[in-house]
Amino acid sequence: MAAGPGKDQPSLTANPLLQDIVSSMPTASSAVDGVVGKVPPQIIAKVNAEVSRAERWEHFRCRISNFRDKYSVTPGLYAFGEPDVDDDVLVSANYKLSFDALRRELPGMNFWILVLDTKGINVWCAAGKGTFGTGELVRQVAASRLGAVVSHRRLIVPQLGAVGVNASEIRKRTGFKVRFGPVLAADLPAYIQAGYQKTAEMSTVRFSLKDRVVLTPMELSPSLKKYPWFAAAVLLIFGLQRDGIIFADAWSGGLPFLLLGLVTIAAGAFMAPALLPWLPFRSFAVKGWIAGAATVLLASLIPVIADPQHDAILRIVAYLLFPALSSYIALQFTGSTTYTGMTGVRKELKISLPLYIGVAALSLVLMVVFKLGEWGIW
Amino acid sequence: MVKYLANVATLEYDPENCTGCQRCVEVCPHQVFVMEDKRARVTDRDRCMECGACVLNCEFGAISVDAGVGCAAAIITGMITGGEPVCGCDSDGKSSGCC
Repeated sequence: MAAGPGKDQPSLTANPLLQDIVSSMPTASSAVDGVVGKVPPQIIAKVNAEVSRAERWEHFRCRISNFRDKYSVTPGLYAFGEPDVDDDVLVSANYKLSFDALRRELPGMNFWILVLDTKGINVWCAAGKGTFGTGELVRQVAASRLGAVVSHRRLIVPQLGAVGVNASEIRKRTGFKVRFGPVLAADLPAYIQAGYQKTAEMSTVRFSLKDRVVLTPMELSPSLKKYPWFAAAVLLIFGLQRDGIIFADAWSGGLPFLLLGLVTIAAGAFMAPALLPWLPFRSFAVKGWIAGAATVLLASLIPVIADPQHDAILRIVAYLLFPALSSYIALQFTGSTTYTGMTGVRKELKISLPLYIGVAALSLVLMVVFKLGEWGIW
Repeated sequence: MVKYLANVATLEYDPENCTGCQRCVEVCPHQVFVMEDKRARVTDRDRCMECGACVLNCEFGAISVDAGVGCAAAIITGMITGGEPVCGCDSDGKSSGCC
């Protein structure tokens, strides 16, 4: 990754992600004329609020795929609009989705944006890991020679960055006074207008239906990647006969379970996150189990899924296994929420993990009993 | 706002050490702290998500919390490796919903 902003300038044109936001290099810009004299500021690029169509498409790809892993901007100091020596310095992460979210909210305004090297991770997560942190902020302030670019000593750090940034330490080491701004970039204009005062709303993180649904593709994806293994196991179990594997049996017997597997993933990875506040109980494992049980119950009304063999054992396995699977998948969503704490998740895991393992083992035993019955051994 | 499990948050606050600087109010994403008589007061501990922002920014050591990520995948990984829960969804190519 980038070492210092100055060294990264040649790579700027090589980076297609940046080409369309770079309108001109800073030395040609009137905004920085005042400071390009004695101490040439190391400015990465001049940017504005316009988000192109290509960028919108990239943002969409970040939501649905691993494209997000490579979506970063060069760390360092950026000029947003036509900033002057008195204008505020906003600190941001180098995940381009975060950087663009900030740009988009500030049309017609002038700022300096100091981008930290967070390895392409957003502010909150990077702050948790420490990459959006005190040390990196001190480093970027020095590398960009910020003190020579602006005449003031103020930094606006996104509030969620406070997990990694120690304000008093920054003051001691750089002389810059940190103000933790609003949670959302959209509130920045109102926050500055009010004389750097936050309302309670501005400093509260929310988790709306839209916030949750936008995260679900990346919840569905890991489960769907494991689905072929589940499908192979189901087909093997149902196809296994005394004289070999019979494909017709595998398909006809396994189809209800294959479909239940799919609706279970939808229940745990989509329904549970989307319906989060309306599903009863606070535990994610319980919410996921309820979503899964309701889905299996409803799906069983569909003729293809309804147990064609009218076998009690298969029905018990279906109601044991699939709600538990949904519960496990929903528990994974704790990693994406804005309000679950470590101690709580630990407690949930302590109770639910042994239950999941028990359910899986019991299901396996029941399937063996079912097969023995099918083969006329028992 | 939906709340997570009751009575689990490890947040501890000692008003004796509070100087009323208001940093905790400024950084808490869930409004756990309010100012009252020039000192911070904890409103609802169940709203605390143990992010640790207040502890890091309290110069006077008035707050403590067992901070970490509330992420099942990270905690399971921590259990297996025997270390602290670490967000696995890093730039190592393994990508899940979080981060």
